[in-house]
Amino acid sequence: MDNILVIAQVFDGQVKKSTNATITFASRVAAFTGGSYSVMALGDDLSGQTEDLSHLGAQKVILAEAPGIDQGLGEQWVPIIEQVVRKGSFKIIASPSSSIGKDVLPRLAQSLKAGMASDVTDVSYESDNLFYVRPMYAGNVNCTVQITTETEVVTVRQTEFDPFEAIAEESPVERIDIPPPDMAVERIEFNGFEKSISERPDLPDAKIVVSGGRGLKSGENFKIIEELADLIGGAVGATRAAVDAGFIHNDFQVGQTGKIVAPDLYIAVGLSGALQHVAGIKSSKVIVAINKDEEAPIFQVSDYGIVADLFKAVPELIEEIKKTT
Amino acid sequence: MKIIVPIKRVPDPEKADKVRISEDGKQLIFDGLDWKPNPFDEYAVETALRLVKDSGADQTANEVIVVSIGPEEATHQVLWCLAMGADRGMLISGDDRELDATVVARAIAKLVKKESPDLILMGKQTVDGDSNQTAQMLAGMLGWPQATFAGRIETPADLSSATVTREVDGGSATVTVKFPALISVDVRIVTPQAVNNNMSPPDELNRDGARFASLPGIMKAKKKPLERLTLEDLGVDTSQRVKTISYSRPAARSGGIILETVEELVQKLKEEARVL
Ligand SMILES: Cc1cc2nc3c(=O)[nH]c(=O)nc-3n(C[C@H](O)[C@H](O)[C@H](O)COP(=O)(O)OP(=O)(O)OC[C@H]3O[C@@H](n4cnc5c(N)ncnc54)[C@H](O)[C@@H]3O)c2cc1C
Ligand SMILES: Nc1ncnc2c1ncn2[C@@H]1O[C@H](COP(=O)(O)O)[C@@H](O)[C@H]1O
Repeated sequence: MDNILVIAQVFDGQVKKSTNATITFASRVAAFTGGSYSVMALGDDLSGQTEDLSHLGAQKVILAEAPGIDQGLGEQWVPIIEQVVRKGSFKIIASPSSSIGKDVLPRLAQSLKAGMASDVTDVSYESDNLFYVRPMYAGNVNCTVQITTETEVVTVRQTEFDPFEAIAEESPVERIDIPPPDMAVERIEFNGFEKSISERPDLPDAKIVVSGGRGLKSGENFKIIEELADLIGGAVGATRAAVDAGFIHNDFQVGQTGKIVAPDLYIAVGLSGALQHVAGIKSSKVIVAINKDEEAPIFQVSDYGIVADLFKAVPELIEEIKKTT
Repeated sequence: MKIIVPIKRVPDPEKADKVRISEDGKQLIFDGLDWKPNPFDEYAVETALRLVKDSGADQTANEVIVVSIGPEEATHQVLWCLAMGADRGMLISGDDRELDATVVARAIAKLVKKESPDLILMGKQTVDGDSNQTAQMLAGMLGWPQATFAGRIETPADLSSATVTREVDGGSATVTVKFPALISVDVRIVTPQAVNNNMSPPDELNRDGARFASLPGIMKAKKKPLERLTLEDLGVDTSQRVKTISYSRPAARSGGIILETVEELVQKLKEEARVL
């Protein structure tokens, strides 16, 4: 009976949907192994999230609250999670593959002397072993791995697991004592957080994403991407080139090294479809491309294409959608 | 200041879709693909060079060491980084397909004991395995602070610490790490003003991207020290924690149809695809 510990993702006062996707992963693993899962959250004050966390079907909700740990720094979180893992004899530790998950879990794996699989997209079970599928080579190869240590650490790609729906039943909540800080904590100081403001849906959660590339030519022009996104309730994304050129904040980069998205509808505007960008959009249901170059690689992965100048096509598209709704 | 930059060779990242899988699914085939330094590792080398540039009266006190764990052929990528301007290279022989992040971290930890660097600069991920683990594991092993996903770095003139702007979900987080420390870099670190050592004249802008190795740079690189070691020499425990079972090809998307008008598009999205 291998018990699983899910590290929740809490940001801006909310339990993020990526947590629910990770719970789906954990419940699948629990069904395979006959174990159960608990969910753990860390932060300055989690009273506002306790309710949500307690309806995720977990054996237990474990809360670690201490001033100044909201930021999810590996140096701070690892000793706290490690203590919980050792006491609760958890064998599998899973977290969303968010920036916090990516920062914390490898360091945790190291302190638990555990092997780790990043960005897991699927899991199976055979002769008492778990097998994880994870993408490599910008999503061009799937690799199946087995972790051979007693404890296994994984980060989960949100877009590949349906979010767990809250249930009526409530899990018991336990608040834990915080162990003394790690030595490394003394050598790192948190200075501040600059939020990338957006009222739109989060990219990985969005049902519709409208992304712009270098073809937009300026940050000012990027507004038509935002207008289209707002009209249809979508999130806004961008290519690395658009971010590097300063059109938009880096938080909106989609691709191999940015956000992975899987909306029902992805609209790619003025972007070429470099393989690093396509790596982040492959699981979208429908891809639309608007590009003036009919040879642009984006047309090889899009379901519907329009070969046109975006400065003409996008305003027309906005008008047409307004007209028909 | 002494900086160690671990670098890995990867098959040409622009041709990641040309990596093939053997029939039995047990091996990857890289035939016809060139090997390059992992782009993030080139960015880390660039960052190191920008950090030590113009710093201190005694330039000889600065040293940028690149190290790769890989087969003999990885000498090319180490030489490339030396040609970019790094001072010294090391190649630790090992089959880079038979390493997991733990083994790499252990090997670099051994070198850290030998070299006592102030800073380790790494890529945030290798674009072959896309695992994004080694830096954090290594920092944990050493008990060092880790500033991951750096998009900007500023150091005081005495180079005793670094203030790092990290690219994280929801915005940018800024932390200051005291050396010795580990920093892993994200793509924005090679934009012209991303690295500030408070030493290089402010009007001196870096060009965008990692520098290319120049021809004279390549000639010079051949004369720079390049040490060859083995994992055994360093006493590295080579037991892996993750085993690769098999490879497969993800379902491919195929091109769809080109439409003439925006009206047609909206109609298709509504009636055919039902996503609007
Ligand atoms: C290590 C590494 C990691 C990377 N990670 C990412 C990543 O995560 N995400 C990412 O996006 N990229 C990433 N890249 C960059 C990637 O390789 C491409 O350079 C980038 O995606 C190109 O962006 P783009 O399509 O906006 O620009 P371009 O390739 O320049 O394409 C612009 C397109 O706009 C079209 N266009 C121009 N004007 C108009 C107009 N008026 N109307 C219509 N169409 C027009 C052009 O025909 C062209 O196809 C990475 C690169 C490296 C090396
Ligand atoms: N074989 C290797 N030799 C040297 N450095 C490596 C090697 N593998 C990974 N690294 C370093 O670890 C970083 C992160 O790699 P990864 O955890 O594999 O995504 C890379 O950007 C390199 O700096």
